[in-house]
Amino acid sequence: MSAINLDRRVVGEAASTHEATPKPATNYLNHETTIASWLLTLDHKRIGLLYLVGISLMFVLGGAFAGLIRLELMTPKGDLLTGDVYNKSFTAHGVVMIFLFLIPSIPAVLGNFLLPIMIGTKDVAFPRLNLLSFYVYAAGGVFLALALLLGGVDTGWTFYTPLSSTYANGNVMVAALGVFVIGFSSILTGLNFVVTIHRMRAPGMTWFRMPLFVWAMYATSLIQILGTPVVAITIALVGFERFLGVGIFDPRLGGDPILFQHLFWFYSHPAVYIMILPSLGVASELVSTFSRKGVFGYHIIACSSIAIAIFGFVVWAHHMFTSGLSQYAAMVFSVLTFSVAIPSGIKVFSWLATMYKGSVSLASPMIFFFGFIGLFTIGGMTGLFLSTLGTDIHLHDTYFVVAHFHYIMVGGAIMGFMGGIHYWWPKITGRMYNETLAKISAALIFVGFNFTFFPQFFLGYMGMPRRYHEYPEELQVLNVLSTVGASVLAIGYLTPGIYLPFSFFFGKKAPKNPWGATTLEWTECESPPSPHNFDHNPPVYDHVYDYSTLNKEAAVVSH
Amino acid sequence: MSATNTKSDTAQSHDNHGHHPSLAHHFVSLEQQHEANILGMWMFLVTEVLFFGGLFTAYTVYRLKFNTMFQEASNQLDITLGCLNTVVLILSSLTMAMAVRSAQIGKTKQILNYLGATAILGLMFLGVKYFEWKHDFEIHLVPKANFCWDYAKERRKEADHHEKDKPFVSKLIGKFVGHHEEHAPPSAAEIAKDHKNPESQQARIFFVLYFAMTGIHALHMIIGFGLIAAVAYWASRGTYGPEYYTPVEVLGLYWHFVDIVWIFLFPLLYLLGAHLGAGH
Amino acid sequence: MMVNSMFAEGFQLFPHQASTLAPSVDWLYLFIVAVNVAITVLVMVLLVAFAIIFRRKSEDDLPEPMHGNVPLEIFWTAIPTLICGVMFLWGVKVWSEIVVPPRDATELYVVGRQWMWKIQHPGGQREINAIHVPVGSNFKLIVTAEDVIHCFSIPDFRIKTDAVPGRYNQMWFNATKPGKYHIYCTEYCGTEHSRMIGWIHVMEREDYAKWLNEQAEGGDGLQGRKLFSKLQCITCHSDANKAPLLENIFRKDREIGYMDGKPVPPGTKVLADEAYLRESIRNPNAKIHRGFASPTIMPAYDRDLVTEEELLQVITYIRSLKQGETPTRTEETPTPQPITSADKASSNATEKTSGSAK
Repeated sequence: MSAINLDRRVVGEAASTHEATPKPATNYLNHETTIASWLLTLDHKRIGLLYLVGISLMFVLGGAFAGLIRLELMTPKGDLLTGDVYNKSFTAHGVVMIFLFLIPSIPAVLGNFLLPIMIGTKDVAFPRLNLLSFYVYAAGGVFLALALLLGGVDTGWTFYTPLSSTYANGNVMVAALGVFVIGFSSILTGLNFVVTIHRMRAPGMTWFRMPLFVWAMYATSLIQILGTPVVAITIALVGFERFLGVGIFDPRLGGDPILFQHLFWFYSHPAVYIMILPSLGVASELVSTFSRKGVFGYHIIACSSIAIAIFGFVVWAHHMFTSGLSQYAAMVFSVLTFSVAIPSGIKVFSWLATMYKGSVSLASPMIFFFGFIGLFTIGGMTGLFLSTLGTDIHLHDTYFVVAHFHYIMVGGAIMGFMGGIHYWWPKITGRMYNETLAKISAALIFVGFNFTFFPQFFLGYMGMPRRYHEYPEELQVLNVLSTVGASVLAIGYLTPGIYLPFSFFFGKKAPKNPWGATTLEWTECESPPSPHNFDHNPPVYDHVYDYSTLNKEAAVVSH
Repeated sequence: MSATNTKSDTAQSHDNHGHHPSLAHHFVSLEQQHEANILGMWMFLVTEVLFFGGLFTAYTVYRLKFNTMFQEASNQLDITLGCLNTVVLILSSLTMAMAVRSAQIGKTKQILNYLGATAILGLMFLGVKYFEWKHDFEIHLVPKANFCWDYAKERRKEADHHEKDKPFVSKLIGKFVGHHEEHAPPSAAEIAKDHKNPESQQARIFFVLYFAMTGIHALHMIIGFGLIAAVAYWASRGTYGPEYYTPVEVLGLYWHFVDIVWIFLFPLLYLLGAHLGAGH
Repeated sequence: MMVNSMFAEGFQLFPHQASTLAPSVDWLYLFIVAVNVAITVLVMVLLVAFAIIFRRKSEDDLPEPMHGNVPLEIFWTAIPTLICGVMFLWGVKVWSEIVVPPRDATELYVVGRQWMWKIQHPGGQREINAIHVPVGSNFKLIVTAEDVIHCFSIPDFRIKTDAVPGRYNQMWFNATKPGKYHIYCTEYCGTEHSRMIGWIHVMEREDYAKWLNEQAEGGDGLQGRKLFSKLQCITCHSDANKAPLLENIFRKDREIGYMDGKPVPPGTKVLADEAYLRESIRNPNAKIHRGFASPTIMPAYDRDLVTEEELLQVITYIRSLKQGETPTRTEETPTPQPITSADKASSNATEKTSGSAK
């Protein structure tokens, strides 16, 4: 082992001398520069970047709809948008954000870029499927854009029957087709990752030597493989129903609208974990690197990711406590829902224990991590109100639920995504960004987020229903507060959209391992990595987060 | 864990012995590539199971809800043809297994023969399915197009009555070349009335699921033909041998899966009525 | 509860507690709030404290690795599990109060459709987007929908249930404070979802009794009863020798003697449904009850004598006529109570709410 450690040190030094050489080394960004070499690339790193461009556009689009919604809700009367336009806006916001942004965000961008490198291989198992998944995603996006251009859809992202199958106007079929298609992109990504993790690990890279981000991606991929096909067939059935009017979900023709909800939430609840689990994985990487200390309870954190994925599949009916579910079923699903809280809690406590007696750096990715912990904790804890049967009846379908899931899916998931982007940006682009702006952005997001969504907990307990275009006057103060917060949040989210691209062209050159991290992408790859990641078999250590062997000179940047 | 290690390590040692033409750049060895591809297909089949799972769930829910009508609707299907198709499909799985075996022992010509046999059996299956669907259409059992439960029941009764004393073989032949007596099709008013009848609605849900399930199954078979053609093309160029036969095996997995789906569909759709003891 | 009074009217942070269920739900809610605040504050404090205390002092810092601590991990697994257990059990207790209605509850039918709530009282009174109830009585709501899924919610009572077409879900309440409280549809149901709202008016018992009476004034049954006298039906149908009594006949089999003027074999029966009653009023000779002469002395009440609407009112009255309730000829129709100005105001308010719902 010691020989390898020495080896590792040498590589680190080689990197710093390498920097001095004037001619830029061949890397995955510059070895081919034609447009075709990007659009037809089989390189997992380039595909990750294609996805980054795609989801960034979608985030702006989804955010624009969110802005419309919040502006409308400034006043109790529907004076900015008509009811119909408002409904189409929140549907578009939900569909775009969930299917086109959140689900592919971390897995398809950071997962694609990092997963093969982290386990020491040259690419994912099926590079062609990987590229296909991007174009399937793009095709789904085109269908959804078409649905919007043709006049929008007003079913809500949940497509509840019989509203979606029989009553809604709008382009439900086109949107449903889009969701159906995007599902296959998600399946292809998940399938690729599972096979890659099982079969492509570098020699010596045992399961419990993998970085926790890889574990999180593994759990996420399992959900994508097992859940997505169910929503695909469900959406297909809604399509049949809408096109043929045959009564699968229409009670007037003998069908059962509740069956749709069961099938839909069987996927869509686990889908929440597709969004948050990768962020939990990023958080583990961040807290370890910036505390310069192995993650506390590595095995438990790895297993808790899998546990969350498994439990995630058996809690779906908690979305239906008021739908006339049998009383025993309700109790069972309530207990199971609580069971998700335990592994989530364990993760948070383990991260705190990682910081304990660590060497905590306050570099910008760590600031995002702090924000992540804050929002994820509030989001997770407020979930308890909704898994408790006695309080869920009152809170169901109110703004309390809206606030809760935004804390998890937006607060938690996007904070984790931002943290990950800032952490790996030097590796992806080979450039450093402006630390001060990054920290300001993190603070703006945290403050703006809480101003936007915390008032909604109060609105929810007061009974303000979701998806209301108009509301009683006594609720206006809190709604105005929420809208004001949303504008701060928007600035926070848009700031990185300026300084990150700026740094890509004008930023300071990034060293090989600016944060002093121990995972393979930092210790064995240049910034940015070479086209095939490694030109030798990467060494694998007993403990993935072993900072004692790290070459200290390599860790040049620290704040 | 250690097993995985050793495997990868041995795989590693092959690396230096030059590349097989079918080895992709990002795999260390053919063995690793083979294992990855097989696992990939298994994972795909897992998603397929869940995909059909949604349909099976819908089927289960409605079968419990509309037990009697599902049984009656099931009786409208032709068990004889269903059995025939089951046998055909199982045979095609056998020939597919033989094709994989031929690839493993490097007999290129046999691969082509067995793949051809599989394709022919598959086409037979779809042919029989075609006659079944055609009959369903004729007696007004296709939802949306012309579904009329009363009419279908009448036709069925008549047919049973006519064929009661015919020998089995002529009955079987009659299913393909048989000429149905012309009946006045139900009028629009009759169909509209029929659609208001809860029995007709429940039977219709059965047929929606029947066409959805058998339709998606048939679609999988058609995709299977495309895959067979591709693998046969590569086989004819001598790509496969004992060293490298991964695509043949992957195709085999897919084909067996499609077969197994039918093994579930057949009793659920065709044998249900007889099982629940309806009879006519 | 206590929080309410802290803020001026028009701005609240806590909903009214207006039913017997509300305090149960609120105590559970506040318990979870307390647990949440405690744990969240603990996490935040530790996060900030660790970030400050263990901040990186030098680039050469190399903390001792620490792989786990079994007792600590058991501790932070067991304690949350325990807390979750308490929440679950308490939650089930409160929930069983919410979902199991008391046996003596009065049933109200609630039907949701795009985009209004239709409510029917057991006495036949109908309301749209409004419910009037007295304080201190148990009411059970039986909720369904005509088209898409809706969700009937009264936040100030802490109750809610989905209105699913083809299903009957139920919930109950016992209002504790007079006043008016929001009714919302909380399941997204299409364009006018946010206008599918209404008020539940909780009234003192006397006011409620008055309200019921006023409603009854306008009710079809009462109008029918007046017509029953006005049209002289009462002249014969109160004396079993002149004409059949009409008590408890609805949906019963009636033996008839003549049909269209011709005698029919003994034992011939017809069902006294709405169509039969209608026919017997418009064309009395169509079917004659056994034991009475044909042709009958009863005049045919055509459209000029009885409008369609009046006919409906009479039929409604006959449907409701119970054993021994047939008024005698001498009884005067009860004159409507003179409406006081106060009542007028409240009845107008009712109409307004119902009307504005559209």
